[in-house]
Parts: sequence; C-alpha cells; structure tokens
Amino acid sequence: MDRRQIWLSLATLALFAVVPPLTVIFDQPFYMDMVARIMVFAIAAVSLDLILGHGGMVSFGHAVYMGIGAYAVGILSYYGIDNGFLQIPLALAASALIGLIFGAMSLRTSGVYFIMITLAFAQMLYFLAISLEEFGGDDGMSSMRSEFAGLIDLNDAMHFYYLVFAVLAGVLFCLHRLVLSRFGMVIRASRTNERRMQAMGFPTYRYKLAAFTIAGTICGLAGALFANLNEFVSPDVMHWTHSGEIMIMVIMGGMGTLIGPVLGATAFLLLEEYLPQWMEMAMTDAGEHWAIIMGPILIAIVLFGRGGIHALLAASLGRNGNNGSKRDD
Amino acid sequence: MDPLLLLEQAFNGLQFGIMLFLIAAGLTLVFGIMDMVNLAHGSLVMIGAYLATTLIAWTGSFLGGLALAIPATFAVGALVEVVALRTLYRRNHLDQVLATFGLILFFNEIVRIVWGPVSLYSGLPDYLMGHVEIFPDAPYPVFRLVIIAVGLSVAAALYLIVAHTRLGMLIRAGASNNEMVGALGVNIKSLFTFVFALGAVFAGLAGMMLGPLTSVEPGMGEPLLILAFVVIIIGGIGSIRGAFIAAIVVGLVDTVGRVMLPVLLRAFVDDAAADTAGPALASMLIYILMAGILVVRPQGLFPARTG
Repeated sequence: MDRRQIWLSLATLALFAVVPPLTVIFDQPFYMDMVARIMVFAIAAVSLDLILGHGGMVSFGHAVYMGIGAYAVGILSYYGIDNGFLQIPLALAASALIGLIFGAMSLRTSGVYFIMITLAFAQMLYFLAISLEEFGGDDGMSSMRSEFAGLIDLNDAMHFYYLVFAVLAGVLFCLHRLVLSRFGMVIRASRTNERRMQAMGFPTYRYKLAAFTIAGTICGLAGALFANLNEFVSPDVMHWTHSGEIMIMVIMGGMGTLIGPVLGATAFLLLEEYLPQWMEMAMTDAGEHWAIIMGPILIAIVLFGRGGIHALLAASLGRNGNNGSKRDD
Repeated sequence: MDPLLLLEQAFNGLQFGIMLFLIAAGLTLVFGIMDMVNLAHGSLVMIGAYLATTLIAWTGSFLGGLALAIPATFAVGALVEVVALRTLYRRNHLDQVLATFGLILFFNEIVRIVWGPVSLYSGLPDYLMGHVEIFPDAPYPVFRLVIIAVGLSVAAALYLIVAHTRLGMLIRAGASNNEMVGALGVNIKSLFTFVFALGAVFAGLAGMMLGPLTSVEPGMGEPLLILAFVVIIIGGIGSIRGAFIAAIVVGLVDTVGRVMLPVLLRAFVDDAAADTAGPALASMLIYILMAGILVVRPQGLFPARTG
C-alpha cells in the first residue's frame, strides 16, 4: 500500500465530492443521480475487493448481499416501517447472517468449487425472492425512501448523494485500516500461501469466514442504499449477471487496491451508459446491441489489462509499483 | 396424492435430469481435461436450439434439421475453442470466468441480431406429438420419452467411448496429466478442440430437444448452466459418472419436490402457510441438497482423481 494509492483515493473522493455543486451550477441534476448510483455500486465492488483482491476468494454471488440489503429495506417499508434507524441495522444484520451461513459452507471448498457454490447459493436466494408472491415475486415491489427522524432527507437528491458519499468514504477508510491490520495481513497471506499460514498456527478458515462476512455486510449496506436509490426492490438485483458485473468492476479497476474497484465501477457504469449512445451515433439502431462490443471489451480487459485502471493511473503518477496486480487462484 | 400424477412427475424429473446431464457432461469434461471453467457453455445450448430450429424450418424435416444441426454445433464449438478459449487454458479460474462471461454477452447479442429478440417456437412432427400409455390410464408424451431415450443413449455412448476406446484413453490420460500426454506425441491441441466440440454437441443437443418443449430465446441456456454447475458440484467435478447420477437426482428432486412439497407441508401447517412456503421451499430444494452433500463430502459424491 504505497503513498500513491492514498493520493489516488483522496483525489477520487475529492472528485466525487464536487459533483453536486457542479451539477447545480450547470443545471444537470441527472448526473447527480448517475454518480450516486455509481457510488452505490462502488461500495459493493470495494466490499468484493476485500475477499476477491485481498483474500483471493472468487465469490461469484456477491450481488446476493445487495439483494438482501435491498429486501430488508423493502420488506420493512412494505409493512409501513420507514425508519432508517431500524432498516439499516436490519439490512446489515441480515446480510451478515447470510454471509456467515453461505461463507461457512462455501469456504469448506476452494478453487472452482468455491466459484460455483457461491454462484449457486446466490441463485437459490434469487429464486426464493421470485417465489415470494407476497413481496411482488418476479415483478418486485416499490419501497419508500428511509426516514432518518428528520436528520437527513433522502428525498432531497443532495442529501442522498452526500449520504452515499459518506458511506463510500467511510467504507474505504475502514477497509484500508482493516487490510493493513494484523487481520488483513493474515487474509492476504492466506491468499498467497494458505498452507503455510496454517502451519504457522493461524486458523485461516475462521479468518477467511470473518472477511467473507464483513464483505457481505458492507455489500448489504450498498443494497440498502440501492433500494433507496430506486425506490424499488426486485429479484433482478440478485441476478447472477449482476454478481458478474460487480466482479468485472473490481477487475477493471484493479483488484487488491480498494480504490481500484471504485474507479472500475465508475468506468463500467459510464461505459454501460454511453456505449449505446456512441454506437447509436456510429450507426442507427446499433445502440441496442451494445453488448456485442461490451463482451469483447471485457475479454480484452481480462486478457491484456493487468492491474486495471489503477495500474494505469499509478504508472502515470510515476513509479510503476503496486502490490495488488498479482493474480493467483 | 394421486400415484399416477407422481409417476408422471417422476418421468418429467427423469427427463429434466437427462437434459441436465447433457449440459453437465460437456462442462465436466472440459473442466476435467483442460482445467477450464466455461460459463459460455450455456450459450452453446442456446446456439444448438437456434441452429436446430432454423435448420428444421429450412429442410422441412425434423430429423433432417437435427442431422444438420449436430455437425453445425460441433463446428461452432470447435471454432469457439480455437478462436477464444484456447488462450484461456493457462489463465487462472477468475480470468476464465470473466472472459467467458464476456463471451455470453457477445453470443446473446449475436443471436439477437441474427434471429431477433423475439422467442422462436419450433413445432414437432406428427409422429412425436402423441402420447403413449406407459401404464394403464397414464398417458405420457412421446417426445419426452424420446428425450429420455436419447439422453440415455448418449450417456451409454459416452461411457463406451471414455472407457473402451483409444480416444477415451487419451481423454482420461489428458485429465490426469495433459502435459505428459503431449510429451508422448499426442496432438494435445486438437484433442482439446475435439473434446470441447464434443461437449458443445451435447449441450447443443439439450438445446435442440428443449426447443419444442419451451421457447427458443436469447439467454435460454443460462439458468440451465447454473443448474449444471450444481450437478457437477454434487457429482464431483471432472467425473462423468458423478455428473450422470447427480443430474438424475437433481432432476427428480426438483421436479417431484415442486409437486410434493406443498402437499407434504399441508400435513404439518395450515393450508395457507403451506401454499406460501411450499413453492418457496421447493425452488430452494436442490440448493439445500447441494449444501447438505457438501457438508458431508466437500469434493462431491464421486470426486475425480485430479479433482
């Protein structure tokens, strides 16, 4: 973790911080919503980076925790409880509990089994959400924005933006401290050589399970914000392609760097927003087929984009050093 | 509970399991030999279904269409392997997952451009439309029986190829140590291409038979792909025998569970609660089964030696 990474993080956060005044000056409120959405996904991507980048756990079901957080808010809202001081702790507790259960079972396996099992568990809750007719089933349900006893008004776009911003900054700070702590050291060392860590007497399973649960909990928080952002909850949040997208954000930005996934989420969502428009400009009606370009872009990033956007920026900032671009299973 | 209904559902479960086996067989072969996770395997199911639907319409004959669609799917599989997947074998699983995820987006979009976003429906010829009485007073669609028969023959053929031919010997050797097989003078690259294309044909075959049962649409293979993952996790990755047994078990548990669970629950809780919890629980049943098996055997029921 070098100084450059901290500067990059601060610069990125500073850029996010000045978005609302700029959108007010240029009278473009749309962009404030868009960047708020980017930051919500950035929180999810950063949480995945803790286990994927630092812990080497390839979880392919991370969107499920977003779904749990979102449904915790949505279900309380359905029963008329809009108090955010109840909703958010419930969202955190529910995603932590599910993370603990899924993690406890998935971490018994490793490698490709782990990838497939996390995917399968996510799919299980996706189908559960679909079969819950009471909560809208396949169609989902609308959900009111959380109330915070008049302290923060989430219906005010500016309040909402800075709440998400504060959460993102807080999550980045806490995870930064966590990764540098003794706990984080054990997690990173288990990725490099788990057997040696076990030989040294570390119960790596418990450490990894704790990291997995923390990541799920933070992603649940992102989900609670996501439900507020859309004022709508549906099983679609948990769809496995979203798990894949969060993973791509991490890789695109540079895994094991924490700020990388924030950049990755930004790049991915901007691409998703503007690629269709660019294609439309090049050829009429081409925009709806944006995935035909997006797919090969993803493949190219995987094949050639070592270290992602973070590595590019770090290199342009000077010394070509970062400790996160090493990849192993 | 009507025993005849249960019997019918058991047959449906068997047919669904066979379908899953066709998909899982390719996945597990490719994983066992090339150590490759291929998410785009579901796309091959879709491509098989589209090719068959188009070729059936073009030839005007069901069997003729299938006879052309099978080699066509083989060719698509070989092409995909040579162009895209070959470079991924030496990458780690994370890279493979992401790159094949990109391939899925690409394939779904290609299909949307070529065939349009609307679902296609392929009909059945008259001789496959009818019902036969498997038991007195228990009519069952002929086509579903044909699926079961085709699947069982594929399973038998695969067993014979793998266990008793020179090609099967190479496949098994490749699964144990493919570098050594290459060093002994076998053209390992073409072996990989062949195995991948073979898996593509099985997946495509599943898609072709699925076409007349449901609709043919972009992304149709992906839910099946995840179920095929569950199958090979339960069966043990790399094991064809495990995939076969697990596929049948998953097919039966899922299909019969959806019918039986609400009925069983009614015996314990009141009807309204059973009607709500029944479908929810039934849709989670196979995943609970998977979790249960993993607690006892983390490597699946029949772990292949190379695991």
